[in-house]
Amino acid sequence: MSSDKTGAVMVVGAGIAGIQASLDLAESGYYVYLVERSSAIGGTMPMLDKTFPTNDCSMCILSPKLVDAGRHRNIKVVTLAEVREVAGEAGDFSVTLGVQPRYVDPDKCKSCGECADACPQDVPDAYNQGLSERKAVFKLYAQAFPNAYTVDKENCLDCGACVDACQADAIDHGMEGETLRVQVGSIIMAPGFTAFDPKALEYYGYGRLPNVVTSLEFERILSASGPYAGHLKRPSDGREPQKIAWIQCVGSRNRRIEHGYCSSVCCMYAVKEAVIAKEHSAAGLDTTIFFMDMRTYGKGFEKYYNRARDENGVRFVRSRIYEVRPGAEDAERLLIRYGDEQGVLRYEEFDMVVLSVGMEPAADAVTLARKMGLPLNQYNFLEPAPLSGVATAKPGIYVAGAFAGPRDIPETVTQASAAVGESGLLLAEARGTMVSEREFPPERDVAGEQARIGVFVCNCGINIGSVVNVPEVVEYARKLPNVVLAEGNLYSCSQDSLVAMGEAIAANKLNRVVVASCSPRTHRPLFQETLREANLNPELFEMTNIRDQCSWVHQAEKVKATAKARDLVRMAVAKAALREPVRRVSVPVTKAALVVGGGVAGLTSALTLAGQGYQVHLVEKENSLGGLAMRFSEGLRGEDTGSCLREMIAGVESHPLITVYTGREIAGVAGYVGNVVTTLTDGREIRHGVTVLATGGEAYSPTEYLYGRDGRILTNLELDEKLAELAGAKTFVFIQCVGSREPGRPYCSRVCCSNSVKTALKLKKEDPGRQVFILYRDVRTYGILEELYEEARRSGVIFVRYDVDDKPVVSLEDGRLKVTVTEPVLGDRLVIDADILSLAAAIKPAAANTRLSQLFKVPLNEDGFFLEAHLKLRPVDFASDGVFMAGVAHAPKNLEENIAQAKAAAGRACTILAKDRLESHGVVAVVDPAKCAACLTCVRLCPYNAPRIADYAATIEAVLCQGCGTCAGECPNKAITLQSYNDKTFVASVDGLFTEVS
Amino acid sequence: MEEFEPKIVAFCCHFCAYSAADLAGSMRLQYAPNIRIVEMPCSGTIDHRVLLKALEDGADGVFVAGCMEGDCHFLKGNYRAKRRVSHVKDLLRAIGLEPERLEMYNLSAAMGPRFAEIANEMTARVKGLGPSPFRKQTGGDA
Repeated sequence: MSSDKTGAVMVVGAGIAGIQASLDLAESGYYVYLVERSSAIGGTMPMLDKTFPTNDCSMCILSPKLVDAGRHRNIKVVTLAEVREVAGEAGDFSVTLGVQPRYVDPDKCKSCGECADACPQDVPDAYNQGLSERKAVFKLYAQAFPNAYTVDKENCLDCGACVDACQADAIDHGMEGETLRVQVGSIIMAPGFTAFDPKALEYYGYGRLPNVVTSLEFERILSASGPYAGHLKRPSDGREPQKIAWIQCVGSRNRRIEHGYCSSVCCMYAVKEAVIAKEHSAAGLDTTIFFMDMRTYGKGFEKYYNRARDENGVRFVRSRIYEVRPGAEDAERLLIRYGDEQGVLRYEEFDMVVLSVGMEPAADAVTLARKMGLPLNQYNFLEPAPLSGVATAKPGIYVAGAFAGPRDIPETVTQASAAVGESGLLLAEARGTMVSEREFPPERDVAGEQARIGVFVCNCGINIGSVVNVPEVVEYARKLPNVVLAEGNLYSCSQDSLVAMGEAIAANKLNRVVVASCSPRTHRPLFQETLREANLNPELFEMTNIRDQCSWVHQAEKVKATAKARDLVRMAVAKAALREPVRRVSVPVTKAALVVGGGVAGLTSALTLAGQGYQVHLVEKENSLGGLAMRFSEGLRGEDTGSCLREMIAGVESHPLITVYTGREIAGVAGYVGNVVTTLTDGREIRHGVTVLATGGEAYSPTEYLYGRDGRILTNLELDEKLAELAGAKTFVFIQCVGSREPGRPYCSRVCCSNSVKTALKLKKEDPGRQVFILYRDVRTYGILEELYEEARRSGVIFVRYDVDDKPVVSLEDGRLKVTVTEPVLGDRLVIDADILSLAAAIKPAAANTRLSQLFKVPLNEDGFFLEAHLKLRPVDFASDGVFMAGVAHAPKNLEENIAQAKAAAGRACTILAKDRLESHGVVAVVDPAKCAACLTCVRLCPYNAPRIADYAATIEAVLCQGCGTCAGECPNKAITLQSYNDKTFVASVDGLFTEVS
Repeated sequence: MEEFEPKIVAFCCHFCAYSAADLAGSMRLQYAPNIRIVEMPCSGTIDHRVLLKALEDGADGVFVAGCMEGDCHFLKGNYRAKRRVSHVKDLLRAIGLEPERLEMYNLSAAMGPRFAEIANEMTARVKGLGPSPFRKQTGGDA
């Protein structure tokens, strides 16, 4: 290992894993090279319509992260790039990148699309899965970063039409590729996956029958920004389908094509697509999902499945698909030939068939991994080293996301943060050595000054100017109150215009600036920087959008568009006059963490944090560390959990930065992110900046199947402990879903299927003469764990599905333990004389969660597990800053997943601990104590716990406030205002609109 | 007489509705030029008084547009906005102004076409209602 470490990290792949890892790294003090093969960051998420199980719009939740990553000072995004060579070792790698030319200068490109309009060459649009066309000069998708076009040279005619059309002179067909060399301390591999191409499986008809589409194509069909603008249509004739079928496991759980794994996400996305498709259909859509096992094992998934079936009317058919072929009478329809669970051959016609295609590793990622000497599994996934969550065979190289094996978005995001936590262990000493912060000159005090407003109206080449009469708007702006300067720009955002703007601010003593151009979403920060450089507070800026929301949408109505632009400028000027400087509040950070829970998750978080130089206080209510996992004999894939745990405990107990408090609980909590004082039950006070809740879970003690009445009836956990004593037992029966997926506990406990299958296999291996039965509802051996299921069946383990309405019956007769179950294929009762009955008992949330949720003011979900800030993109954060969760405290999960999440919680916590001071998030709500009646409305309303009452009035902790203004809107006495967005400014805008100036 | 061109004020949340309006622009969807957007961090920021003031100033129509229900970037601001809009509608009814001049919409950042649709829908609705009685001057200056 290198002794001279580099404080920079390379992230390969800019999908959601790469973006999350980059943001966490940059916020933790590391410089990031985010390397992406395509022309924009985003990966697969921008293509998705909605995301399960919240039905959140995928683009809505992703685009703020795109902007954050794209604009981050310490993240260098390198698109159109591939990794050519990696040399060196952990701590100091030299990486050579090959960068393809974009043929468009992203600094000059205004993303107006004139080039694409002029381009004569149509190319199938891969973003829309080929369901529509784009031009040879294109932008990957509307919200893409870099916000610039790209020439697709392979399809370019070299006609020069785009060059002529570009007013910004951004296109250069002579650009050449380049080679970049960068030094990094570690590498995070996050190249994602490609969707399985079902053409190889001819019996599905994909490629021959136009109305057979892949699930990714269907996402685009559903999407409002997709090829059919969100109208549900079938490709062959554009008619709205009345009846759609989903076929599961296409390219997954299929050993014949060497895809013996489960792709983990397809069950949920198919259910989601069926539910959303129904919402899109006016006529009442008939939806059917053909499946083998319904694998809705994640947090909130089982409820989603139940709702889809019981409330939305999605039909689920357990089946084997033989063939999809043209309909008998109408060839545009599709006939599915399938066998039902009893093996009866059936036929059914549909208007459209969606193939739920699985994931496979991207070919170039496989090539790269091989070149880097990283061993892949038999399916070419880069599986993490056992019980590491993220480690690869090479020190300093980590893996995150679907390249590590199929997984959904929250697990991908978790793993990305975990890789950051792990990388920090290696590079802590180099933290902060490569990053920089921008310095601005001191701000001029504008208090008491009459407003002096400068207005800059952008032509955006001809994007605005060809529709809106810009000179007229500029002339008009000059007459508005407080305006001392108004100018038109060809491009307000170009470097020369920004320099001129800075000079104009100084020369005219401007104290407010209005820019009328494009969207503040993309350009406000740029102009605010110009203000800061010109000694003005960035909040003295107002922007109005006369392009995306005016010239582009009223192209044929030039007079009305100009009138609208005048209105918008008038509104902005009126509002600008009331703008006040906003000073960011900052608080020092106590660089210590409190970890609650001394199980695997808590131990892992503690070690990951302490390894980066932070003080850790670990509190465990029991008298010893280790938690429930101390009772496991091994991991799901035979990992030696015992020695792993012993090593962790020894590491924690001997670490100079970790203090362990066993036999104690949390008694009180005061303060907020950065500075919390927690009191333990023994009265000791702990000061810390962040908190990780890793309270683990509890084993359900079954009340069903005669548990507790006979020594031969055990839970899986008890069986695991007693295995050595049971050498003589010949017949074993496992019953799954004991206490899970039941009315009182409607969630799936996730690990029990794999756990029973693993134990069954072990029993068979010890003595092949044994009979082992697993009575299940759905076998949920997701991901690579599917191999266990496959192996168990080959070894002769007998799987019998039971129906929830016809559960197995356990009886004791004359000392014999009998299990009776209805065998669904034959429909007969099967009676098993069992030597041992093992119950796959549910995982329950820790009882302590309720009290901790009150103490730390963080929410629990209906099942009693902690509720994260966002199910998709913030899987380890609470909505309140500075509190994180890890392990079963969040939801049931296996050991490997617990470790990943614990590292992720540590990784996320480091984004706070790495800072000396925490700053408020720009605009925040402030209280006028004279007006506050301490009615608690704001305290009850705020999801971030920012307001609290002190001295008979509310105060809002600036560093906790996220600036939504909901409290300001609701405050009955108008004691609260949101800075820069208070009612006065809204009223000023509206007044401005209706105050004509002649 | 010149055709009545209403002025409609749209309070749009930054993360969804405002983004959807931008997307409608990127997609070059053409819609009625009668909407004046005011950007706000979250639809939950909107106050009763601001809605009433807009109508009092002479807005022919007003709408608040937030994220889809359950999708609020700030968790539940859009539910608060919905309640406030509904309350202000009651007030309008009480003073004899058509409550249809005010509406709450929910849309996601990917719903550019829906934004254009809402703009047209609201414009057509307000045209049907005629100019606001509070309008200070008539005129086709939209």
